[in-house]
Amino acid sequence: MLRFVGKRLWNGSLTLFALVTLTFFVMRLAPGGPFSRNRKISPEVQANIEAAFHLDEPIWQQFGRFVWGLLHLDLGPSTRFRDYSVGDIIASGLPYSLTIGAWAVLVATLVGIALGIAGAMRRNGFTDYAAGTVGVIGIAIPIFVIGPVLQVVFAVQLHWLPVGGWNDGWRSLVLPVVVLALPNIAYISRLTRASMIETMRENYVRTAVAKGIGPTRTLIGHTLEGALIPVIAYLGPATAAIITGSILIETVFALPGIGRHFVDAALNRDYPLVMGITLLYGALLILFNIVTDLLRAWIDPRLRHAR
Amino acid sequence: MPAETDPLIEAAPARHASTLELQFHRFRKNRLAMLSVWILALIVVACFLGPFLFPFTGQDADFDNIAAPVDLFSAHPFGTDDFGRDLLVRVLEGGRVSLTIGFLGAVVAGVIGVFYGAVSGFVGGRVDGLMMRLVEILFGFPYVILVILLSLLFGGGNVALFAAIVFTLWLTPAVVVRAQAQGLARKEFVEAARAGGMTGRHIVLEHIVPNSLSVVIVYGSLLVPEVILSESFLSFLGIGIKEPQASWGNLIQTGTTAMATDLRLLLLPGTLLAVVLFCLNFIADGLAEAFDPNDR
Repeated sequence: MLRFVGKRLWNGSLTLFALVTLTFFVMRLAPGGPFSRNRKISPEVQANIEAAFHLDEPIWQQFGRFVWGLLHLDLGPSTRFRDYSVGDIIASGLPYSLTIGAWAVLVATLVGIALGIAGAMRRNGFTDYAAGTVGVIGIAIPIFVIGPVLQVVFAVQLHWLPVGGWNDGWRSLVLPVVVLALPNIAYISRLTRASMIETMRENYVRTAVAKGIGPTRTLIGHTLEGALIPVIAYLGPATAAIITGSILIETVFALPGIGRHFVDAALNRDYPLVMGITLLYGALLILFNIVTDLLRAWIDPRLRHAR
Repeated sequence: MPAETDPLIEAAPARHASTLELQFHRFRKNRLAMLSVWILALIVVACFLGPFLFPFTGQDADFDNIAAPVDLFSAHPFGTDDFGRDLLVRVLEGGRVSLTIGFLGAVVAGVIGVFYGAVSGFVGGRVDGLMMRLVEILFGFPYVILVILLSLLFGGGNVALFAAIVFTLWLTPAVVVRAQAQGLARKEFVEAARAGGMTGRHIVLEHIVPNSLSVVIVYGSLLVPEVILSESFLSFLGIGIKEPQASWGNLIQTGTTAMATDLRLLLLPGTLLAVVLFCLNFIADGLAEAFDPNDR
């Protein structure tokens, strides 16, 4: 067990290092730099600014400097936001992104599993079709179309919820969470439905039914436990989907999270900020993939022995 | 090449074609999927031929009709935008870009994935380990970040976007085909081909790739909506296709800025994108069902 976690962490840190290296060099190779703007500044000033951020050094030296800083948990100063370090910016944006992401995962898991079970229990019934329709909508209509449409309906027309921002307490959370959760509800309900139907045919479920322990206990204690394994495996990809989604959500709903910061930083060539957020996203993704594997092994003993 | 191998090569495709025929027959009986095919075909034709029916292009400004409303019987059926450009023509031209990138991207990513996976699965051993290690590392990357960075690297525009999307989307077909190739490499007919003196390159091309085709079609059909989504996603964020060139992503973006006063700028491209994605998903579902009836 411990060896497994250690191996995954080691592999994960290798992946992270590859990601950081690639990002570093791709950023430097991309045309333009953090201080090449339309506004003309004298060459001396330009040289001074670049020297202050060590951009005049050879690229290998810059990379070494970055890795050295990383080992000291120092991501450096932002080239765009004066007097702010990358750490400060991430610390200020992360609470927004995490709040929305966590709520979206919670809502998506609960609603998705509920819809999936409902669909599987009453196959081809009304609930099944309704859940299927929600699923198709969630998968086919992109976030950046659904988001604005819901904004128009619930904010501009009905005035129930704010259009965007973070000033109305829980009410400003509703639309972003719903929109971010929707594609994941779709995937989770489809997965749950398919694996429920498969599990209901298993011998141990039939045994449970034959023993006469009642439909509710069979469902919770037997069918659901087996059926949820593929759903748990989706947790890893779901993290990636939430990251992608949060970048869009924060743009659509004008939230000051790190997703929007990332896009702006990439467009402005704010090298240190891009590196910092890439590192954070990569680490989150790897961490959740490991947690997913551990959860699967915990629930499904067959996987434990296979390793 | 010895003469004995010739019947072998000819026999394999003949049997394969009949399975394929059967599968497409099954697909044709799926009403929802066939309806999607027709709607999609209609949209494709409209996007590629429609703009020629108008005397102006999507970049020509009509200064007499700025921000004209919907009027189906005027020169601008769906009105114009703030610059006096015809909305319908812009949406159709945007669709041309999105659809081209979608289909070409899926084909190229699919082809790269198929050959990578086929070689990796067929050769096996240390080569396979190394090749899959690379895939694993790339899979661990947050996909959006990679696409955003790569399209910056290539300097923006159509080709950059295309390259960035293909670079990130060939992984899934590679893994799927590798699993298929591993199974095929142990089959008797592959062993027979090897005994008959076929080289590894030939076996991959003549046996492994054709026999993985049905899996590839199913996964490839899922790639198309994914590529289209990635394109519009990037253009929406202002990283992909930029004004004045139209794409569904940047048209939707323009629409969201004006949505409080004028919904049609958002709804026309948004609806069209959603319909295309619906169709592509139904087609992919239909293909999956037709190629693997035991799945449901």
